[in-house]
Amino acid sequence: MMFLPNIIFAIILFLGIGFFARNISKLKRNIYLGKDVDVSGDSKIRWKNMARIALGQSKMVRRPIAGILHIIVYVGFVIINIEVLEIIIDGLFGTHRIFSEIGSLYGILIGTFEILAFLVFVSVVVFWFRRNVIKIQRFMKSEMKGWPKLDGNLILYFEMVLMGLFIIMNATDVEFQSMNSGNIISQFFAPFFEGYNVHLIERTAWWMHIVGILIFLNYLYYSKHLHILLAFPNTYFGSVKPKGHFNNLEAVTNEVMLMMDPNIDPFAATTDDASVPDKFGASDVQDLNKLQLLNAYTCTECGRCTSECPANQTGKKLSPRKIMMDTRDRLVEVGINIDANNGEFVSDGKQLLGDYITNEELWACTSCNACVEACPISIDPLSIILEMRRYLVMEQSAAPLELNNMMSNIENNGAPWPYNQMDRLNWKND
Amino acid sequence: MSDVLKVPTMAEFTAQGKQPEVLFWVGCAGSFDDRAKKITKAFVKLLHKAQVEFAVLGTEESCTGDPAKRAGNEFLFQMQAVTNIEVLNAYQVKKIVTACPHCFNTLKNEYPSLGGDYKVMHHTQFLKSLLDEERLTIEGGKFKGKRITFHDPCYLGRANDVYEAPRDLIKKLDAELVEMKNCRKKGLCCGAGGAQMFKDAEPGDKEVNIERTEQAMEVKPDVIAAGCPFCNTMMTDGVKNKAEGQIEVMDVAELIANANDL
Repeated sequence: MMFLPNIIFAIILFLGIGFFARNISKLKRNIYLGKDVDVSGDSKIRWKNMARIALGQSKMVRRPIAGILHIIVYVGFVIINIEVLEIIIDGLFGTHRIFSEIGSLYGILIGTFEILAFLVFVSVVVFWFRRNVIKIQRFMKSEMKGWPKLDGNLILYFEMVLMGLFIIMNATDVEFQSMNSGNIISQFFAPFFEGYNVHLIERTAWWMHIVGILIFLNYLYYSKHLHILLAFPNTYFGSVKPKGHFNNLEAVTNEVMLMMDPNIDPFAATTDDASVPDKFGASDVQDLNKLQLLNAYTCTECGRCTSECPANQTGKKLSPRKIMMDTRDRLVEVGINIDANNGEFVSDGKQLLGDYITNEELWACTSCNACVEACPISIDPLSIILEMRRYLVMEQSAAPLELNNMMSNIENNGAPWPYNQMDRLNWKND
Repeated sequence: MSDVLKVPTMAEFTAQGKQPEVLFWVGCAGSFDDRAKKITKAFVKLLHKAQVEFAVLGTEESCTGDPAKRAGNEFLFQMQAVTNIEVLNAYQVKKIVTACPHCFNTLKNEYPSLGGDYKVMHHTQFLKSLLDEERLTIEGGKFKGKRITFHDPCYLGRANDVYEAPRDLIKKLDAELVEMKNCRKKGLCCGAGGAQMFKDAEPGDKEVNIERTEQAMEVKPDVIAAGCPFCNTMMTDGVKNKAEGQIEVMDVAELIANANDL
């Protein structure tokens, strides 16, 4: 009986981490449904980007209020997790505050955690007010109704509860309070618990805290909150080219080169294996590349992209954030489909284009890169929009009429307007 | 002054067995659009003033394919690109300058992997380099003390991180450079990019160029300076709508040419 709590703890820990690991492998499988993308080379720049953008939060502070509050929560989250290490050791081996053996440094450590926990709590409360009372515009867009709104709030509640439990756990630890070192915040809460069974409260808070952390960890997979992990690979793999660069489709290059090469015999028999060319552009998540799918899982729906989007600002349907959310929703749907069909995707008559993202949204984009620039963690909604336009134009010939006119002008006379190429130098005589 | 501008072509240079210092890529707007043609001419006058040996492709130039690519027609884009690259490589072009940020972006970023590797400069960068090399001087002239705001073209600014060259030029005019709330990395699009120039906007409650013009009007400029023929069109339309007669929309090259009474 003596080891019962240790065993229970070990089982909970194993289940918590195991279930999370299982979901992460599913997430990886889903991302790998995407096409290969060349992210080789430039590793120096990539590490720098990750250090600067994800670790250093450099783009977050462009909006100072949200940015600074976010840094508090982020630093708090990372540092307070050292405490989780102690909790795990204590839980597994039945010790109590094993790290306190390091002496006065322990007080400094826990004191830091307490201050951070308090600051995180305050920041999270401010975040809640921004979403629910001040109703900042970017949190109120149409794609933020229902689950995305609830998701955003649940994360905040989780953090409030976890920070609260941490402080309560310390406040009711008689031994820790009597050390009077590091109880910077909890000493003010300790008096509230006098006269109650503090040991029971301490144990309850301790258990709820660690179980809460494991639940939160597992919640990530179902939530926009995955960014706390994926922001790192996402900023590493993010494009290192100028934002204006849009990839040249290789499949098209091959065909264009064939057409332009005078030495090729057009009547030569084609081999059978080359008869079906690649699908051009994207109509579903499998047509996108792995980086675009990673982008979708990484998006935390902050809406900075949408608030900077010229189309969205002028009342058009396009919202770059919705493009990312739709991509993820569809990818999750495809993943569930694969799970239900023994690892094989069975067509469900749906696709990303049409069932999630409409043509109207895609054609409203000015390709101005404001969304790409605004994203604090290097997500590129524009590449998905353009990839889907490619499908509309090259597979479906479904461009708006005016664009078809523009394109036939380019094709026939080398300019988007119906002017003769032979008149191209006439301006000098005007 | 109705004298014809001297605009040599690559063909003429090659016939004489010479290579120009730089190829001026005029672009479709610069060749055909009435407003943009003025920018082209202003830039040519500056090139002459700085005694730059330049050439154009003339009738051998064709659309870079940018609007086709942004509209999703990768086929058409690559057909255009490969054809243009064949011409450029045949003339052994090394350096290109263009007054259109869309041409600039496409030539600089998207041609290399198709076999077209050139040093590509936007005309504001090129003019800045002429200034630094003291081949060109700028007098404040008529813009002295005027309030000028620069509208960052997306394909020059965010797309290629060129923010300072046009501003450095404007400052040389002894003008007061005033910045809009949304400038540089945060500059709002004029509404023309991504092939929007050639179609009506989707339903919404405002045109993008009106929104941008209003942002410019907030800083009460005498001139909205642009660095892109499409931005120029959009902002000119916006001004017509909101502040006719009060604000001029001019390309940076025009500002300098005008200041120098060219």
